Amino acid sequence: MPIIKVENLVKRFGSITAVNNISFNVEEGTIFGFLGPNGAGKTTTISILCTLLGPTSGKALVNGYDCEKESSSVRKSIGIVFQDTTLDKDLTAEENLLFHAYLYNVEKAERRKRVDDVLKRVDLFSRKDDLVKKFSGGMKRRLEVARGLIHRPKVLFLDEPTLGLDPQSRSSLWEFITALPEKYGVTIFMTTHYMDEAEVCDNIAIIDNGNIIAMDSPEELKKVIGGDVIYLKTRDNAKAADVIKSALDIDASIRDGELFIPAVKGDTCIPELIRTLGDSVLSARLQRPTLNDVFLKLTGKAIRDEESADRDTIKEEVRAYRRRHD
Amino acid sequence: MIEFNAIYVIVAREFKKFVRERSRLVSAIARPLVWLFLVGAGMSRLVPPVDGVSYMQFIFPGILGMTILFSAMFSSISIIWDKEFGFMKEILVAPVSRLTIVIGKALSGSIVSTLQAVIVLLLFPLLGLKLGAADIIGAVIICALVSFSVSAFGIVIATFYESYESFSAIMNFIIMPMFFLSGAMYPVKLLPDVLRLAAKLNPLTYGVDALKHVISPLAHGPMSPDFSLAADLAVISALSVIFVFAGAKAFERRG
Repeated sequence: MPIIKVENLVKRFGSITAVNNISFNVEEGTIFGFLGPNGAGKTTTISILCTLLGPTSGKALVNGYDCEKESSSVRKSIGIVFQDTTLDKDLTAEENLLFHAYLYNVEKAERRKRVDDVLKRVDLFSRKDDLVKKFSGGMKRRLEVARGLIHRPKVLFLDEPTLGLDPQSRSSLWEFITALPEKYGVTIFMTTHYMDEAEVCDNIAIIDNGNIIAMDSPEELKKVIGGDVIYLKTRDNAKAADVIKSALDIDASIRDGELFIPAVKGDTCIPELIRTLGDSVLSARLQRPTLNDVFLKLTGKAIRDEESADRDTIKEEVRAYRRRHD
Repeated sequence: MIEFNAIYVIVAREFKKFVRERSRLVSAIARPLVWLFLVGAGMSRLVPPVDGVSYMQFIFPGILGMTILFSAMFSSISIIWDKEFGFMKEILVAPVSRLTIVIGKALSGSIVSTLQAVIVLLLFPLLGLKLGAADIIGAVIICALVSFSVSAFGIVIATFYESYESFSAIMNFIIMPMFFLSGAMYPVKLLPDVLRLAAKLNPLTYGVDALKHVISPLAHGPMSPDFSLAADLAVISALSVIFVFAGAKAFERRG
């Protein structure tokens, strides 16, 4: 039986549909990734699964419990790391974790043991008596993941866990997170808009504008591209695209001033392209397909922060709506 | 429906933070002293003693009420801080009933503010008041009850606000009027009709009145209590229960 079961879930905020009739299952002990740009509906979905929001329609089950009607049982089954930190900065690391242990009614004999255990796991044991306000972003995030594990949840939700972290903290956090299912038997449900991070998932749902547009393992998703990807820079990209189409019958598209060319066998295709286009080629690079290419192919746009301006407006509108109506 | 471990840890957190934040304690004690010895001493020149009760002795219960009002309200509206800085989410996603959260928060505010009120209460000899052990115990119990009801009231208020910018609005439009219309500085019975009605709707009025019964018990005259002690205690207790449930209800909707 899947540990998370979502059926025809819809969430509207006034005229804005944040989640538009999505369905998916997550199997126990796996890492499931929710991938999409800002404002795609990832956080709204997590909020419903975490019982912080009620759905407009549809159903969500976590650990067999209904998120709307059995919220208390759902809450006992889950741990959450939100996008923004939810630590008390005026308490020490240990105090934050003990607070959590009491709040989740961890037995007296177990409390300290578990707190010490998770602190050691995230390499913060030596800093346990320091106030959280002295911690770096990466340390805070590690502490929050540790906190989410204290009550031994069945599912750990991570909403953009590496947002705002430097590359080094990011990779060490990933190392830790990917080891969790085996160590704690916990299922990971995470959202991210970093494509490379989603590659560690067993399964990925790609979400855009509130809809799931693809769902599979990263390997299967990459097959959508059908081979390698060649990025080509030429003197005149539009003209080059026409030439490629007529001479080689390959559909090339222009993205970010480069030609994006899906090719089954990239290593033999590059010489062919250069022969065809002659000296108008400025640079060429070959890439194994990434999830970013998948997203590009499926939506015709890249997941990037720059285009999120209007998404942030949507977020603001949703926030304002909730202030008025919740 | 009520989780005691959760209540314990919510109270423990508040207490720990209170002890760590010395400035909060200092200003909490300084405010009533300023009112008592600067405003009170000045006004004493204008208001002669009535039936042997000086103006400073008259406002002493009100100053205790003020101590409670400010510290209990501040403690409760720290919920708005917790919302703004995210910590409230940690509490809201926990398998803990909303009633538990509200009771925990109300107890946090009450303990902290009762402690401060007791510190101010112990200044009574400086004002020439003579209180026996029974009077002091009675006053402490009343302070605790009033602290709880004001804390619970503060929680209800806090559920309406999302950001700490609203703090000055709460200060100017709720806390200050509650203080002035509580009979703390002038007897409720001498107020004009409209203000007297407002005072009767003010939860703090009954707390200050109950303290007057214990600290400066006069049977008659303008400086005597306005209501019976039994009525005061009944109103305070009833309001506490109402505020706690209203707070829990509001939390369920808004968080």
